[in-house]
Amino acid sequence: MANQIADFFRLKPEEQAVAGAADHIKKFWDPRMKVKMAAHLAHGGDGLNPLALKAATLACKPATGQ
Amino acid sequence: MSVHTTIDRGTPERQAAQMITLEIDGKSVTVSAGTSLMRAASLVGMDVPKLCATDSLEAFGSCRLCLVEIEGRRGTPASCTTPAEAGMKVTTQNAKLAKLRRGVMELYISDHPLDCLTCAANGDCELQDMAGVVGLRDVRYGYDGENHIHQEKDESNPYFTFDPSKCIVCSRCVRACEEVQGTFALTIDERGFASHVSPGMNEDFLDSECVSCGACVQACPTATLMEKSIIQHGTPERSVITTCAYCGVGCSFEAELQGNTVVRMTPNKDGKANHGHSCVKGRFAWGYATHKERITKPMIRAKITDPWREVSWEEAINHAASEFKRIQKKYGRGSVGGITSSRCTNEETFLVQKMIRAAFGNNNVDTCARVCHSPTGYGLKTTFGTSAGTQDFDSVDETDVMLVIGANPTDAHPVFASRMKKRLREGGKVIVIDPRKIDLVRTPHVEASYHLPLKPGTNVAMVNAIAHTILTEGLENKTFIAERVDTADFQIWADFIRGEQNSPENMAKVTGVPASEVRAAARLYAKGPNSAIYYGLGVTEHSQGSTMVIGMANLAMLTGNIGRRGVGVNPLRGQNNVQGACDMGSFPHELSGYRHVSEDGPRHLFEKDWGVTLDPEPGLRIPNMFDAAIDGTFLGLYVQGEDIAQSDPNTKHVQTALTAMECIVVQDLFLNETALYAHVFLPGSSFLEKDGTFTNAERRISRVRKAIPPMAGLADWEATMALSNALGYPMNYKHPSEIMDEIARLTPTFAGVSFDRIDELGSVQWPCNERAPEGTPIMHIGGFVRGKGKFELTEYVPTEERVGPRFPLILTTGRILSQYNVGAQTRRTENSTWHEEDVLEIHPHDAEDRGIRDGDRVAIMSRSGETSLHARISERMQPGVVYTTFHHPGSGANVVTTENSDWATGCPEYKVTAVEVRPTNRWSQWQEEYEDFKDIALRIGDPKVAAE
Repeated sequence: MANQIADFFRLKPEEQAVAGAADHIKKFWDPRMKVKMAAHLAHGGDGLNPLALKAATLACKPATGQ
Repeated sequence: MSVHTTIDRGTPERQAAQMITLEIDGKSVTVSAGTSLMRAASLVGMDVPKLCATDSLEAFGSCRLCLVEIEGRRGTPASCTTPAEAGMKVTTQNAKLAKLRRGVMELYISDHPLDCLTCAANGDCELQDMAGVVGLRDVRYGYDGENHIHQEKDESNPYFTFDPSKCIVCSRCVRACEEVQGTFALTIDERGFASHVSPGMNEDFLDSECVSCGACVQACPTATLMEKSIIQHGTPERSVITTCAYCGVGCSFEAELQGNTVVRMTPNKDGKANHGHSCVKGRFAWGYATHKERITKPMIRAKITDPWREVSWEEAINHAASEFKRIQKKYGRGSVGGITSSRCTNEETFLVQKMIRAAFGNNNVDTCARVCHSPTGYGLKTTFGTSAGTQDFDSVDETDVMLVIGANPTDAHPVFASRMKKRLREGGKVIVIDPRKIDLVRTPHVEASYHLPLKPGTNVAMVNAIAHTILTEGLENKTFIAERVDTADFQIWADFIRGEQNSPENMAKVTGVPASEVRAAARLYAKGPNSAIYYGLGVTEHSQGSTMVIGMANLAMLTGNIGRRGVGVNPLRGQNNVQGACDMGSFPHELSGYRHVSEDGPRHLFEKDWGVTLDPEPGLRIPNMFDAAIDGTFLGLYVQGEDIAQSDPNTKHVQTALTAMECIVVQDLFLNETALYAHVFLPGSSFLEKDGTFTNAERRISRVRKAIPPMAGLADWEATMALSNALGYPMNYKHPSEIMDEIARLTPTFAGVSFDRIDELGSVQWPCNERAPEGTPIMHIGGFVRGKGKFELTEYVPTEERVGPRFPLILTTGRILSQYNVGAQTRRTENSTWHEEDVLEIHPHDAEDRGIRDGDRVAIMSRSGETSLHARISERMQPGVVYTTFHHPGSGANVVTTENSDWATGCPEYKVTAVEVRPTNRWSQWQEEYEDFKDIALRIGDPKVAAE
């Protein structure tokens, strides 16, 4: 899904594209999905395209342990 | 005894700038030019006797009962076909006219059964009424001459009979079929005394092209065409005006009753969405409400393999609440959630999402729009600033070119389709973009100017090619663009869309549609002058569903086709209250009125009103709920009026998720497929049993009125309220009108809406507030809700679902006229006469390649799963594409569909599944397991007895 989101924004200048995709993830993903993605990123983010990787990194924070 | 209160003025209303004053029976009357004398007379209270005239049909002038005299003119012209002229002096009643009318009636009655006392139309028969009005006392010719009295009844249609012995050959039924419905299934065959109404080529009604919309029955002035329910029960005693609970057209109906038994549903002539028309579902398929499988007692069980145990409402509610609390205590606040229904009222939907946000304390609420029109919300909000269609239905009357994309209105939105077909007969044009040859491509008196049969999954390629053509050929509306859109965004978009990659020639390789056809269609749309886009789930249910909605909005802005009558971007909503469910804050990221939960201002407004702190983070969407259930973090679900186990894609995944949950509460009319996995069943109430409102595809808020008491004792909103109270969050509404008052208080676009206001106006389209106290039929006039319109880039990205050697065909799914959604309602009516099972439509070439004959059982396999259906060989499909419906649970259509979804909203890609099809002689493994499990999971009764 993150790759698909990134695909929508990929024709924009990179900064805008990353911000757009990250904003979409922030607005529409449940916190546990973001935590799951953060864990995936912590393991290298395998399978994510470069834009999705940057956007997900911006949008998804690791679990706080609460 | 008729319970209708509307007046039939005989001929349709005319709108004209020129007004004419004349005198009728000494009374002066001023009418629009073109108004008939019959209508003018009716307006001054002088109803001229009539039989072949009714104000839903154009004048015909055949019955010769409505004769009048006009001063200074010879003869006695028919008042229905004579237009009013300035200064006319008309006489509608005198001895000469009375004698003529009696003579006409004498002829009619000489060939009519004299069985009034035992006739089903006794007391509701225009022939009977007219015999009385003209003072007919005798028939001089006797009754022994040649006649039609012993002709046989046609009872083939499950809902109405055709008794030719009672027919006066007034042609009202034939004209209704032509003018109102636009099917042309009926004709008058032969001539003179032999002339008779003929369905099709002298077939019976069931075998003819008749679509059972009921327009002919409605128009019939005698008992010739008569509802079987009226024959069975007799005429109604009272009626209640309410709104249909089927598709997103939202037709207004009169529920006609004897005591608390519904005996007929009649389309309301004053209904602003349907103007007195109906389809086979709304008109006739209401028997499910009292079907024997209806569950009217709450039930609980510990495990889904246990039999259900009937309990009191109190026990069921307390059990559900304690289970939700237990789960939250064990797994956390976010471990439970709920799903609202597009089949429930706005008030009920609002209440469910309120309970989830306030009592559960999270935003884990979603709605079935997730799997249908969620991309509409995203796409139209991005471009125009609001998540809704732009027009009212009446707007189509001024449309020159309709662009119908991924919608099949004659099946899914039949009443609006009739309006479209009427406009096409008047000279409008239609372009159809659809993989299938739908009825709007070619049926009697309808022929699409262009049919672009694209490959499923290539909508965005197509819309880009159309935009490319318009822009590169200089057909864009430069003035509109300069004034109404963000020009910087437009320039970026224009640079992109002009690129050769978007040319029709290049995209032809993707879409499979010749560039010349695409260019010609693009020119037609651009030149309109009034062009309107109508679309359905063939747009939204794709991996690029939201991108396509944006693409269509771009197209409308590019050509200036937005912000006036006759144009616009119009989603044809699947279910009756999809628009309303979305408006009411059913999505996990939005409060009512489409305000994001992270926005402090709106959230604080709700917090203050509800007395709770709300979570500013979005909750889980339906597909994410399933994933979280399998992950073990989402274990409790309240489902009101939806059947996710049947309607959502990749059934096996859904079943795994539902099985993993610890408490599922299903509130529904029937033990549906989701109830197989439920632990608490709360009996639902049908639309006939409650008060509330539905909002249709044109943003029209209409009243749902309680016609009969809830069969289970509580309306759905009352059950939700009880659950909320048991969870510890108090709700104390006395009536749904109080819930609407709260919605209005918290939702700016609904600020002027109340039950009183709706009753006053009949219905109202949001936004309804201080700026638009009577509602807003057309949006974005003079400016967009977001200010300037926003062009967004819409690059075509192929779906990941690809055909290949293993799965070489594309399966696309949809619905048909007689069934509705998961079929829970229509399968429990006589509508199954037309569609008793889901079949797989396959092109003859694909069938021949596989040795498949019409009617063979075939296995359909995808990477998700396998099911089996009977095959129907059909050239409606293009080679390489197969089609089925999902109305019957045992079909397992969604066992085959995948979890691919729209990038923005997660709306499933139902329209593109790579499959293989081969002959088989057995059910699939899933189907066999389903039948076995169903037998276990649906048991009701004492566990010990059930186990024996």
